[in-house]
Order: sequence, then structure tokens, then C-alpha cells
Amino acid sequence: MIEFITQPWSWWFSGIVIVSIMFTLLFFGKSFGFSSNLRTICAAVGLGKKASFFDFNWKSQTWNLVFLLGAVIGGFISKQFLTSDIPIQIAPSTIQDLAKLGFDTPKSILPEELFGIESISIKNILILVLGGVMVGFGSRYAGGCTSGHAISGLSDLQMPSLIAVIGFFIGGLTMTHLIFPLIF
Amino acid sequence: MKFIKFLVVGIIFGIVMSKSEAISWYRIQEMFRFQSFHMYGIIGTAVVLGVIGVQIIKRYKMRDFSGNEILFHPKEKSIIRYLVGGTIFGLGWALSGACPGPMVVNIGYGFLMMGIVFVASILGTFIYGYIKDKLPH
Repeated sequence: MIEFITQPWSWWFSGIVIVSIMFTLLFFGKSFGFSSNLRTICAAVGLGKKASFFDFNWKSQTWNLVFLLGAVIGGFISKQFLTSDIPIQIAPSTIQDLAKLGFDTPKSILPEELFGIESISIKNILILVLGGVMVGFGSRYAGGCTSGHAISGLSDLQMPSLIAVIGFFIGGLTMTHLIFPLIF
Repeated sequence: MKFIKFLVVGIIFGIVMSKSEAISWYRIQEMFRFQSFHMYGIIGTAVVLGVIGVQIIKRYKMRDFSGNEILFHPKEKSIIRYLVGGTIFGLGWALSGACPGPMVVNIGYGFLMMGIVFVASILGTFIYGYIKDKLPH
């Protein structure tokens, strides 16, 4: 049992748990959409004075902020109590491709070259800030992120969500195949 | 106390996202290089079961725990905002290797640098809200 828990979990099990989370939230009268929290945080820190988009009753979204807090705790629990020594099994072809861009064989779930405290640099910070800004801007412009569009929206057969997911891939493929070679 | 259930669901979300490595920058790279089935398997399983479940909820007009019918709100019709917004999101997703959920799970996992990405995503959301009325929707 312990071994089952500590080894990496399979995709099908993960998919079942994630969709169960979506249905649980529906049963609680809410909907599964994580990026709404970013707007809620803007409202909670008083940015409603700067832009009317953030002038709403953000306290009605407290449940989602609590969900966010739980997600942080969940990550902590995984790392502290549920990890094994099995290294992450990334496809050899991906490892090869990334090696050409200067990324070593994966040692953890994130590359030290980009997220390690030791490899902190102006360039890395710019990359992380730019990535974050685009995720935050894009998710609100598109009205949702992976949870809101790719999971909740597609489950409800929403055409806008399909268009958004197509957009996710246009952006992701462009970044990975055209822009990565220029910046790494 | 009424929020504790959301804390529990959030914890389960954080654990499953990290244990299935969906919060990994490398897994996102595999996905955008079409070199592994893993992320497609996760999202695909969730969507297939999600479609079936949503149809059942609608057909039987199922209710939530407080007795209200579970309703789905169709998103407003548009192409430009979903396509352009989605593309900008995708650029950021591939670059940082994380969408908003995985960002905070990574922080809990101990990758404090992901905090920079998360704060930047709040900034990005603010920029959107600030210039929203000038953008085509």
C-alpha cells in the first residue's frame, strides 16, 4: 500500500480523481475553475479602486481561495510524506530535445536550470515573470484556464472552451518549438 | 468550518496533481512535443468521464447538497477572446510549465521560485482587468 502511494500515480487514476474533484465541487454548488482566484486576489487587495473588473464581492469566492490553500498543503504533503526515490520518468526523446537547449537529465519535477535557487539570474527571473504574466493575462482574457476550459468547459461540450483549448495549443506549440530555441 | 470541505478537496487536488507529475515543467514539455501520452491521458480521462457525468446530471436534473438544481452556464459566444486569450495563456503555460493550479501546488512542494510566476500571474490578471475595455471580446 505504502509503495502504491509513494510511486508516481498513473494518468488514468489522476484523470479519475481530477474529474471527481470537478463533480464534488458541482455537488457543493460551485464550479471547478482555478484561475478565478487570481481575479479574486486582485479584488481582495483593493485593486477594485483601479479597475472596475476587480470591484465585486470577492468574499463570495472565499471557498475557492480555501481550495487554493488546500492545493498548497497538498503539494507540501506529497513532497514531505508521499515521495519515493523513483526519479521522474520523462520520455527519452524529450530529454534529448531539452539537452540541446541546455537542460540536464531531470532530477526533480522542475528543472534546476530554471527554478533552482542557485541558478537565479536576471534572465531566469524575466522568463518566470513573463510566463506568469502571460498565464494570468491569457486565462482571464480567455475566461478560464486548464481547469475551467479544458476540464469543466469541455465536459459541458462548450464550443468557447474548445476554441480556448485550441488557443492553449497554438501558444504552447509556438513557445516550445519556435521561441524556446531562441531563448534557451 | 463551512469551508473545511473545500480545504480537503484542495488538498486532494494538490496531492493528485503532484503525485501524477501534472505539475512538472517536463511533463508540459513532453505534451507540447507530443512525446508522451501522460498529460493527454490525464486530461482525456477527466474529459471523457466529465462529459458522461455532466450529461447524467442534466438528464436527471440532479441537485447539489443544498437542494438546488446543478446548472451549467453556457459561456458567452465569441471567437477572438478565446482564441487570442487562449494563445497568450498557452505561450505562458509552455514557458513557465505551469498553469495557475500547478503553480501553487509547486510552491507547496518546495519550489519557492514558482512564487515569482504566481505573483506575476496575478499581475497579468490585473493588466487584463485594467485594459479590458480596450480589448476585442
